[in-house]
Amino acid sequence: MAEVLVYVDHVDGAVRKPTLELLTLARRIGEPVAVALGNGAADTAAVLGEHGAVKVLTHDASEYADYLVVPKVDALQAAYEAVSPAAVLVPSSAEGKEVAARLALRIGSGIITDAVDLEAGDESPVATQSVFAASFTTKSRVIKGTPVITVKPNSAAVEAAPAAGAVEALSVSFSDKATGTKVTGRTPRESTGRPELTEAAIVVSGGRGVNGAENFSIIEALADSLGAAVGASRAAVDAGWYPHTNQVGQTGKSVSPQLYIANGISGAIQHRAGMQTSKTIVAVNKDAEAPIFDLVDYGVVGDLFDVVPQLTEEIKSRKG
Amino acid sequence: MSLRIVVTVKYVPDATGDRHFADDLTVDRDDVDGLLSELDEYAVEQALQIAEEADDAEVTVLTIGPEDAKDALRKALSMGAHKAIHVEDDDLHGTDAIGTSLVLAKAIEKAGFDLVVSGMASTDGTMGVVPALVAERLGVPQVTLLSEVSVEDGTVKGRRDGDAASEQLEAQLPALVSVTDQSGEARYPSFKGIMAAKKKPVESWDLSDLDIEAEEVGLDGAFTKVEAANERPARTAGTIVKDEGEGGKQLAEFLAGQKFI
Ligand SMILES: Cc1cc2nc3c(=O)[nH]c(=O)nc-3n(C[C@H](O)[C@H](O)[C@@H](O)COP(=O)(O)OP(=O)(O)OC[C@H]3O[C@@H](n4cnc5c(N)ncnc54)[C@H](O)[C@@H]3O)c2cc1C
Ligand SMILES: Cc1cc2nc3c(=O)[nH]c(=O)nc-3n(C[C@H](O)[C@H](O)[C@H](O)COP(=O)(O)OP(=O)(O)OC[C@H]3O[C@@H](n4cnc5c(N)ncnc54)[C@H](O)[C@@H]3O)c2cc1C
Repeated sequence: MAEVLVYVDHVDGAVRKPTLELLTLARRIGEPVAVALGNGAADTAAVLGEHGAVKVLTHDASEYADYLVVPKVDALQAAYEAVSPAAVLVPSSAEGKEVAARLALRIGSGIITDAVDLEAGDESPVATQSVFAASFTTKSRVIKGTPVITVKPNSAAVEAAPAAGAVEALSVSFSDKATGTKVTGRTPRESTGRPELTEAAIVVSGGRGVNGAENFSIIEALADSLGAAVGASRAAVDAGWYPHTNQVGQTGKSVSPQLYIANGISGAIQHRAGMQTSKTIVAVNKDAEAPIFDLVDYGVVGDLFDVVPQLTEEIKSRKG
Repeated sequence: MSLRIVVTVKYVPDATGDRHFADDLTVDRDDVDGLLSELDEYAVEQALQIAEEADDAEVTVLTIGPEDAKDALRKALSMGAHKAIHVEDDDLHGTDAIGTSLVLAKAIEKAGFDLVVSGMASTDGTMGVVPALVAERLGVPQVTLLSEVSVEDGTVKGRRDGDAASEQLEAQLPALVSVTDQSGEARYPSFKGIMAAKKKPVESWDLSDLDIEAEEVGLDGAFTKVEAANERPARTAGTIVKDEGEGGKQLAEFLAGQKFI
């Protein structure tokens, strides 16, 4: 059976959920061989094996943390040459896309980014993309070289499938360009204890209607009652009420949770681009004409300062 | 010594228009008004700021696109860029990301550069990979997705705000940077700027000027193929209630019915 390279997104050995989804998709095409780089790479093997990786190629070097992107491209290329896979799958993070693109160029292949589904196809894997702010769905293929495809979070349900997960050391020699962009400082993001925005099953978002940083506690309280992640519109982020890393939309995160609750958000096209594929959409907005209501499964026309706290209380009392 | 900055910009269909695909499954660019990709305005802005800080700098805007794409160049010139290059050739129709990066890299090399500035992504394809591809082709450092950027003494520095951490980056020129929409609002062209832009030089190059064969680009040269494009069915109309004191409770009832509570 053909092998499929899967690039592992992990933080110090803790594998992020989108990679496990990738392993599920990879099994539709062939046998997943995972590539884990950097600090804690070998620690990823157990969970990758549980999710279908027959092999885990690992390599650690200070270059991965000290320089941007290129060392990872060198390593993925080494893995590609060692395995000769039928396809290369990479999580659609900002860095993942850059690594994938440079690899594709080096190996003479095409690249498809932000796939939301993947099938084996007769000739080569067929990727589904959601484009133009999710108003169109396309089916595309890489027709030259080995398909390099990046896949968005929440594109497949994670399925366990025990496999060997045998760890093998990958041999990597860095190119002379690998040290071109130095990382001279790094400030890790503080954990909020809430689920990761792109991976969460429920997202509760606030927009300009929240009207102040201090009022975001209303949004957070609703999120916590549901075990949800907190999102924000760009208007709320630009006003400095919530961090940019929580922005949902074209230039923020794209989310496709089971449930999206938009509070005080009008539903501009750029915001919709990031949440339109959510399964169930709910909105609270005092303007009955707000475009967000065109998308909703359930909408409340009302003041969020009345509706949201009442909703939170009701959820808490129902959950007991 | 003069600092040569090339800004890559893209002419895209207006996102608020009715965007759709043509019969050959490429983007229909005739039916919808085009404009300078809003995310590239941030690139132009940062390039202008870097140029203003430098003693002697020249900002060239570069685009690949049909005749109308000149509008995007004019906008950038009216913001303050010094000159423009338009790569235009019928054989470019249908070029994908790999091909786009080839044409951009060849044009940037021909123009001569110390620094390339790009937007974080175009607002049509929204891939966000072209800057990395161009850096790979040019063999220069990529300093991408910056929310803050500066150039001093031949070194480019910037801040990249990622999911897990915010990183400080540094590279020697020549280099390529891309900037996000967090890098600072783009200036509005002044009336003077708009008038001045009319007199600024716009060079037109075709594939032969860049020593690129027609087979390397366009639909025939593409490494990817779109096989189907279907409009997503509109969402079915949901229930909308007006809050008359019980809105939160009614919403909770809905969520419970959907098993979210
Ligand atoms: C809906 C859609 C989906 C697509 N999917 C794919 C795909 O999966 N694979 C693929 O290979 N191609 C794909 N394409 C084609 C691809 O978008 C474009 O061919 C190509 O320009 C790269 O995409 P981008 O502009 O989105 O790049 P990005 O990396 O998003 O653009 C970043 C920046 O690069 C610069 N730039 C990009 N294009 C130009 C240009 N023509 N002239 C000057 N500067 C430019 C601009 O500064 C731009 O903001 C897709 C196009 C569309 C419209
Ligand atoms: C290139 C580009 C990229 C962009 N990227 C993004 C992006 O990634 N994400 C994004 O979100 N936007 C993005 N935008 C901005 C986008 O166009 C909108 O400006 C933005 O989404 C508006 O945010 P909002 O809905 O919170 O604010 P508004 O449009 O001002 O809407 C606020 C809403 O709150 C309602 N409201 C006010 N008070 C209350 C109350 N007390 N109770 C209930 N409702 C209330 C109002 O009725 C209104 O509908 C982008 C724009 C551009 C040009």
